[in-house]
Amino acid sequence: MTVHARLAFADAALVADHQVDDLHEEHHDTASITTLGFWIYLMSDCILFAALFATFSVLRHETAGGPDARVLFDLPNVAVETGCLLVSSLTYGMAMIAAERKRQTQVLAWLGVTLVLGLTFVGLEVQEFIGLIHESAGPDRSAFLSSFFTLVGTHGLHVTAGMIWMVVLMAHVLRRGLTDANMTRLMCLSLFWHFLDIVWIGVFTVVYLMGVA
Amino acid sequence: MHGNTPASLLADGDHHDGASHGTVQSYLTGFALSVILTALPFALVMAGFRAAVAIPVALALGVAQMVVHLVYFLHMDRASSRSWNMAAFVFTLIILLIVVVGSLWVMYHLNVNMMPGMMPSD
Repeated sequence: MTVHARLAFADAALVADHQVDDLHEEHHDTASITTLGFWIYLMSDCILFAALFATFSVLRHETAGGPDARVLFDLPNVAVETGCLLVSSLTYGMAMIAAERKRQTQVLAWLGVTLVLGLTFVGLEVQEFIGLIHESAGPDRSAFLSSFFTLVGTHGLHVTAGMIWMVVLMAHVLRRGLTDANMTRLMCLSLFWHFLDIVWIGVFTVVYLMGVA
Repeated sequence: MHGNTPASLLADGDHHDGASHGTVQSYLTGFALSVILTALPFALVMAGFRAAVAIPVALALGVAQMVVHLVYFLHMDRASSRSWNMAAFVFTLIILLIVVVGSLWVMYHLNVNMMPGMMPSD
């Protein structure tokens, strides 16, 4: 969490510099450095997920006599969650295209749609978690379920963080318009959002499909 | 993907500043490919194919879909291959493989050597 906070701070500092400086070349340099820095953060996040995936893969059969993946997972529900995230990747892409064309209302509309899809995804996931805990298949039941809740929950928290960021960014765009600084922020959130969708491909393949197959 | 004529016509006011951006067409292509690559493994598993068939196919299609996302949504193409983005990405990929494959390998052997009775039956 501290690494996240520090990176977010560094990002904010770069963007602040960026607003003070009015030289166009400086703008461009700062924007690419910010994007590269954010990319490196994403790569470190990738390693975090790799560790969680490795943990889950090692522990997937350690059910301690409790329910296993085949009993617990509901594939149609997972398919709907997957659909939500996939469509939200597309709508975020549309927001980026609208931003490049400087259509502020369209940007806000597409971000709004993305937000609704993200909320649906997190809602379904929370519902699934509550259902599991009610069936006394919570994270305390077995090593398999501990690693499942950690992996899928960490992804869900990332999506939630992405949505909070999206709301803040929408407020920024409303107040200041599509300035260079806001364009850089939109670009970084775009990387983050698409990255989370890629992690989800790993989750539905390794956790759900391999679990039920 | 995003250099062809109908796509570049859509991107008015486009300025090439190093980072490659998507077009409506490239996003839609990526989306269509992703839908296919998601629907196939779900259909396979939900139709109740044997795990020995379904799991390798699902994994292969998952990796293919990740590549589709990287190319069409994150715009990693040959243009970005010289940049630091790509270097960081390749390095991450190596670490990722070491962590995942290494963990599975080591833990498998620990299971075989220490708890033969508790090995998963598959």
